[in-house]
Amino acid sequence: MVLLGTPNAESSRLYAMTVTEGDPSWAGALAGVALGLPVYHVMEETVKTQVAPEVYEEHIALMEMVLEAGDIAQAVQEVRAQTGQGD
Amino acid sequence: MTQTLEQPVIRGVRFFLAHTPGLVRYGSKPSRDIARDATLAKAIAAHLRSYEAAAAYPPNRAFLGHMCPDTLASIPQPWFTSAAPGTRWGAHGEIMPEEEFYGVLKLCDAFDLVHLEAGFVKEARAALAPHPLLTPADLERLGTGFPEAHIVTQCGGSPPALPLYLRSGRLIGCMQAAHEEDTSLAADVLLENLTCKASAVMAMRTLLVQEQLDPLALPYVLNSGEEAVGDRYQRGGGNLAKAVAEMCGCQAATGVDIKGFCCGPVHALTVAGSLVSARVFSQVAVVGGCALAKLGMKYRGHLQHDQPILEDVLAAVAIVVSADDGVSPRLRLDALGRHTVAAGSSQKAIFEHLVSQPLDRLGLHFTDVDKYATELHNPEVTEPAGSGNVPQLNYRVIAGLAAMRKEITPAQVPAFVARHGMPGFSPTQGHIASAVPFLGHAVDGLRDGSLQRVMLLAKGSLFLGRMTQMADGMSFLLERNASGSSEEKQQ
Amino acid sequence: MKIQGKKVIALGERDGVQGSAIAACAQSAGAEVVLETTYCFV
Repeated sequence: MVLLGTPNAESSRLYAMTVTEGDPSWAGALAGVALGLPVYHVMEETVKTQVAPEVYEEHIALMEMVLEAGDIAQAVQEVRAQTGQGD
Repeated sequence: MTQTLEQPVIRGVRFFLAHTPGLVRYGSKPSRDIARDATLAKAIAAHLRSYEAAAAYPPNRAFLGHMCPDTLASIPQPWFTSAAPGTRWGAHGEIMPEEEFYGVLKLCDAFDLVHLEAGFVKEARAALAPHPLLTPADLERLGTGFPEAHIVTQCGGSPPALPLYLRSGRLIGCMQAAHEEDTSLAADVLLENLTCKASAVMAMRTLLVQEQLDPLALPYVLNSGEEAVGDRYQRGGGNLAKAVAEMCGCQAATGVDIKGFCCGPVHALTVAGSLVSARVFSQVAVVGGCALAKLGMKYRGHLQHDQPILEDVLAAVAIVVSADDGVSPRLRLDALGRHTVAAGSSQKAIFEHLVSQPLDRLGLHFTDVDKYATELHNPEVTEPAGSGNVPQLNYRVIAGLAAMRKEITPAQVPAFVARHGMPGFSPTQGHIASAVPFLGHAVDGLRDGSLQRVMLLAKGSLFLGRMTQMADGMSFLLERNASGSSEEKQQ
Repeated sequence: MKIQGKKVIALGERDGVQGSAIAACAQSAGAEVVLETTYCFV
């Protein structure tokens, strides 16, 4: 599976699409290549609950405060739904 | 008799911008994309700005000291639609048109690698003649140029010379390779290095003349850019610093390059400060040339949004660190922030090392720093390309850290960002965008009292070179010099 | 969705969460990190 650390909804959506259906925008190496990998963002609730709390606090907590965590989670969830991955 | 340490100060800062739409095609991203799809050249050409538009562009005006960066917050976006006219010279430097910059490139060419078309040379000579920082001896180095047929032949040669164009598409010369096989001496590498030299030279000359500094009194120059000057046996040999010193009349100087990705200039400033503090040298210059490879880096986003390609300027900086003169801002060498090997790469660890630790050492709060100068990339360049607003993100992390330390409440984060941060305004020229674009404004503010304390912090993405997974970072504080007299010393 | 026992590719970004930070989280959740990268876009 792929775990993303992208800082906003737009880049999260882009990366998520690239590792599932293929690069949706520019003609990169993964254009048209459907890897179909399960993809999550490290700040999603479903990931957070499985990470040791002190590790999350040290590495992620600050960025969770700073970034639009909700928008990012939604963007990646939408890609999963779109590509039939479910949650 | 014990000798106290000298207090280093930032004696002066100047910048240089060259508007080079004709060189956008040689930025790393555009050149690779054009090689795959030649039709892109036309789309790119259709989105290149005029010199007038680039000079009027508010972020460029902030970069050159026409206005302070905070003013950008009150200018409606997109900034590239701003109708206010521009001027060439700001308080901190000029923006030079490409027709003249190609001439400066030739002046800096010690190996006759730049061949300019004869008609263009005449025009460039006339355009450069009134320049306050260029001498008749400089203009002699332009030579007489070559017939256009010669330029065309060179561009078809083996190895081919790189054709040099203006925004209009007019062919005005070419850049030769210096060796048939050595990839470190290929035409594109040499063009990158020569533009770096030329832009740094102009920034340095601006500083020396406008701050009335005697070039003969400068013993040491540190260059802090990310270019690689060398040949196949020593690809990053460097010391572009000395080449710049030579072109600026610093006959009594030598120099060296300080390499640290985007963190180079901040590292170089701490080294410069340390040399002055230890009385090794009375003053040390720090320069940083441009990053040709970064022209048009985000062009796809701009094309997608049908807006001008904003990465059409090459940027350079020159700074002099000297002994305490009683008025210039003091560099606090006793409170440097360093991202150490053991620090770990989380944002929290990075900013704790760069911000929390130096402030703790001096018993200061986050709010005791009037302005933080972090990565100052113009968001109008990065947002259309999906790369977000880098300065704002950095400021929110600093504010977030202040909130984690309970120095402010989470609700106060936006106000902290507005008060202690600033809108991004720098061209995305790598090491140039890292903290130093604010240095001119910082020195002005710390001298006139509108600022008391400024922190410059920079980060470097060392992992890009594939030698380590680590990032790097360095920070220092500048404080208002209240001594009023160079005779006062701490006992 | 269980992370434990999975092979993870950590795609980090310098301005978001770095690859090594994601890797630390994945490892603490019992996964094996097979690729860790950090992108820098400026």
